[in-house]
Amino acid sequence: MSDTESLPQHPPVTDWIHDFDHTDPRWTENPFPIWDELRAASPVVHTDRFLGCYLPTTYEAVREIAHDTEHFSSRRVIVRDERPELQKQNAAPPITSDPPDHKPAKQLLLPPFTPDAMTKLEPRVRAICNELIDGFIADGGCDAAARYTKHIPVRTIAHMLGIPEADSDLFIGWIHAILELGIKNVAVLIQAMQEMSTYFAGHIEARRNNPTDDLISYLMNARDKNGQPLDDTHVIGSLRLILVAGIDTTWSAIGASLWHLARTPADRKRLIAEPGLMPTAVEELLRAYSPVTMAREVMQETVVSGCPVKPGNMVLLSFPAANRDPAVFPDADKVVLDRKENRHAAFGLGIHRCIGSNLARMEMTVALEEWLKRIPQFRLDPAGQVTWSQGTVRGPRQLPLLF
Amino acid sequence: MPGQLKIHVDPDKCQGHARCKALAPELFQLDEYGNAHEDGDGVVPAGLEDKAYLARANCPEFAIEVTET
Repeated sequence: MSDTESLPQHPPVTDWIHDFDHTDPRWTENPFPIWDELRAASPVVHTDRFLGCYLPTTYEAVREIAHDTEHFSSRRVIVRDERPELQKQNAAPPITSDPPDHKPAKQLLLPPFTPDAMTKLEPRVRAICNELIDGFIADGGCDAAARYTKHIPVRTIAHMLGIPEADSDLFIGWIHAILELGIKNVAVLIQAMQEMSTYFAGHIEARRNNPTDDLISYLMNARDKNGQPLDDTHVIGSLRLILVAGIDTTWSAIGASLWHLARTPADRKRLIAEPGLMPTAVEELLRAYSPVTMAREVMQETVVSGCPVKPGNMVLLSFPAANRDPAVFPDADKVVLDRKENRHAAFGLGIHRCIGSNLARMEMTVALEEWLKRIPQFRLDPAGQVTWSQGTVRGPRQLPLLF
Repeated sequence: MPGQLKIHVDPDKCQGHARCKALAPELFQLDEYGNAHEDGDGVVPAGLEDKAYLARANCPEFAIEVTET
């Protein structure tokens, strides 16, 4: 059915505690009981798969690693079967940067993503959502992943970058190659990276003599800490990052939220009756269905939550698992729309806090508000099948709904 | 005056999650990078005490201090 089936298959997991695999179909389908089992066993578990990889299972262990940039590097942020040689043209600063390079690279990207900047972008996102809903509302049902959630972030990011919203399918193909297929197939990964770089190089070239009012021109005009313009490799790396990090992730968060509301009528009715609850509800949905798992590479031997950690291994930095830790979140497996205390880590912790967090929140809020306004009643289509993406970003890729 | 609260954002801990600004916009300001600091001298106006504690309870970086003056 899916193209992931043609990839090298990993042997099925029989011992999650000593041999976990986040690409196993059971993890993809329902990771929550697996995380509970691992957390009960140890704050940090290990697998020999992926050339050696740790998984912190508690909020505290995830937090320790996220804050420890001395022992853990971000130079590889996705756990894969292989570790392709690091090359400057494949870096995506600042997500793949460590101190001291990280801070200046990140500060360049932060101003266009503040909450105020997002308020200005909001009307365009509201219009995108309504255009999409217009396309299927008369049908009485749709695959909300294919017709709605998938298109909102990609069109929003295209709008910000100043590239054609009509190129969305191209971007979605690259992202799938990088985040899913590329876990087990390096050739697919490298090809997608090259195609993206060529695509963005063309857009940079076009702006050299005709600057535009968009993020590409903003980055081309940015100056580093020495007052110098960024080289094209840096600009292209950052553009690739914005595209890859900003699309699958929010697509997943909106989709998981709709999936939850489709199967939880009480929460759906409550959100409609109490629209003022939306900001708190969005944070809770982010906690319960955090889409993004990052990675680190162990650079020096250290101890995390009492567990020895050795270089040569990767770390699967599971913010989603941290957010289900009952030691930090009472009733962690329950969605509590008005949860008062919610230090969730959906956007990471420490210096790599997601640059697009304000964008993602705004997109989620607007996408849920517009959907609930126009389609207040909906449920999962019992004849259809919900499928979830595999690996680094988890969210519904088929979401058949009836309304 | 007993019970008056003062807030402070530790700039070394703040990573710009901006949860405080969303929950208590009267008490926090964001800089051009989206990092937070307390509004003015950090004294919490009467009636906003709950918001100060709510902001502290939702900061993922434990960057907000609330003290009684």
